[in-house]
Amino acid sequence: MSTVTDSLLKVSNLAIEFDTDEGQVRAVDDISFSVQAGQTLGIVGESGCGKSVTALSLMRLLPQPMGQIVSGSIEFEGKNLAQASIKEMEKIRGARIGMVFQEPMTALNPVKTIGKQLIESLLLHTKMSADKAIQAAVAMLDRVGIPSPDIRIAEYPHQLSGGMRQRVVIAMALICRPSLLIADEPTTALDVTVQAQILELLKELQDEMGMSVMLITHDLGVIAETCESVVVMYAGKVAETGTVYDIFDKPYHPYTRGLLNSIPRLDSPSKSVLNTIEGMVPGLLDLPSGCRFQNRCPHADETCTARAPTLDARSATHEVSCHHWLNLAPHKVS
Amino acid sequence: MSEFASSTVVQPEPLLEVNDLKMHFPVKEGILMKSKRYNKAVDGVSFSIKPGETLGLVGESGCGKSTLGRCVVDLYKPTSGQIKFEGQDVALLPKSDKLAFRRNIQMIFQDPMESLNSRHTVGDIIEEPLIIHKMGDALWRKKRVLELLDIVGLPARSVTRYPFEFSGGQRQRIGIARAIALNPKLIVCDEAVSALDVSIQSQILNLLVELQREFNLSYLFIAHDLAVVKHISDRIAIMYLGRVVETASAETIYSGNKHPYTRSLLSAIPIPDPHHKPDRIVLQGDVPSPINPPSGCTFHPRCGHCEAVCRSEVPRLRNLESAAHRLSCHVDLIS
Repeated sequence: MSTVTDSLLKVSNLAIEFDTDEGQVRAVDDISFSVQAGQTLGIVGESGCGKSVTALSLMRLLPQPMGQIVSGSIEFEGKNLAQASIKEMEKIRGARIGMVFQEPMTALNPVKTIGKQLIESLLLHTKMSADKAIQAAVAMLDRVGIPSPDIRIAEYPHQLSGGMRQRVVIAMALICRPSLLIADEPTTALDVTVQAQILELLKELQDEMGMSVMLITHDLGVIAETCESVVVMYAGKVAETGTVYDIFDKPYHPYTRGLLNSIPRLDSPSKSVLNTIEGMVPGLLDLPSGCRFQNRCPHADETCTARAPTLDARSATHEVSCHHWLNLAPHKVS
Repeated sequence: MSEFASSTVVQPEPLLEVNDLKMHFPVKEGILMKSKRYNKAVDGVSFSIKPGETLGLVGESGCGKSTLGRCVVDLYKPTSGQIKFEGQDVALLPKSDKLAFRRNIQMIFQDPMESLNSRHTVGDIIEEPLIIHKMGDALWRKKRVLELLDIVGLPARSVTRYPFEFSGGQRQRIGIARAIALNPKLIVCDEAVSALDVSIQSQILNLLVELQREFNLSYLFIAHDLAVVKHISDRIAIMYLGRVVETASAETIYSGNKHPYTRSLLSAIPIPDPHHKPDRIVLQGDVPSPINPPSGCTFHPRCGHCEAVCRSEVPRLRNLESAAHRLSCHVDLIS
């Protein structure tokens, strides 16, 4: 997005490489995006497109020593996180940037009470006394909708249901009132009715605390409902980025269109043939030459195999990475 | 045959009929590991599936939908109730007929990596059911495997490869090839597309619909994603805590549903359209435990229409306008 007036987080030309047995793999290649203050940015893509790796790199939590940020900058509250020291990152993680992962059971320590885990970051990042911290933790549990929080605080994660655990993880991520919350598939492991509860809770807390949210998901329904702007990723690159209306009303990239067309919708006729994207996501070790989507794209020609497209601005908010987007008629997905 | 005779509506015999099926698992507790309580995973479920029809079975985790699927394919012996396949009670089948029954009813699982033997080649995996059921000679089976690979859209060279060499979508194709190898009449799909990416999910859904048309297959399609189930099903049964709360045609479930749980389930689905403003019925709390379910209607603690009768009396699954739409609720909701 080119209008960066008051962006909280600005990622520029980020590239991430992994050392594997088969050689150096570029999992994320030259991606740029920004998160505006108080807004929600959605990152959408299929497995292996690099969306989770991007999230981990913002927190400098890439698996070490295999994963490295090889170029680019991550500007957050006046600091370049790509260059920050371990000490500096410790002050930012949990305090300024909170994180919620997909599987709440793996994010929680099974042998510590949820109270202990909640006050940990308060004691680490603030000068609060233990008593005050416990009070704050009870208040936070109450806020995320845990019934009888003063009793629950002494319980262990396994005593809670999946939805309740995710609420605890959200409480943990937000207890220090960070300005950015990174949520990586926060509702994927939950049932739809619980997902609805959690998404609503996140929205309420966001409005209350004025924080920004970076939401990573494969579910286009969740994106449409919660995000102001969207980044569509494919094989480690940004395919298209824009406001949620740009992406859903006027998708230009053939991949975005393919994705939107291939989801079964409640109001479409039963057993109709769904549109599909032929083939599958290429492995990072055998990417096609030129445009990475070229071998699955219905519009591909010699230009697409010859060179990679650049991200072209279609409007002030909308950017597309495709050689042929100008020739593709604006397209409303039914 | 005269035009007149063929036009009389003949209701086809149901292929599968399930009557008041219960599957209660004993809960072992205490030092003596005695079981005093039961996990009533499936608690009195009835439905039927006609030839060539897809019945979608939807519910949240722990509602008993997978247990029900496993009872149908004879992996669990139900506590009580009856499963009839082509008019015959499966429990009363003599051993000699059991093999034939199993040939006619196959299963596709959620995670193809776990349901395919990683030490066998794809050829071995698809051929195995043919060997077990003593079909044809080695040469015929080899040809049949290639034919099956072609049907599910995998190249012939896959025969000598191993499951790990394939992507999730291709592995699911291998699972489908294995399931249709014996020309079954019914396939139980347990979350068959849930683990797949959207662009791959649509490929597999198209394949399933195609196979159904070609071989007149029936599906029991178990999934938690109502949009996917609505797409592939003729009829849908909504399950909550071991019981069916509503069954109707896919269209009626979507636009003419009557059960408060069906409504909240539908309203909870995020719609991929930013202009859509969700009119959401957010349920309070979580699904209760099937070991100690609430009294009366098991949905009453989370229901927005709960009345006194709901707390004390278990609602029966009753017919609405016809047997095509059945509902288990005390309260009549105006649509």
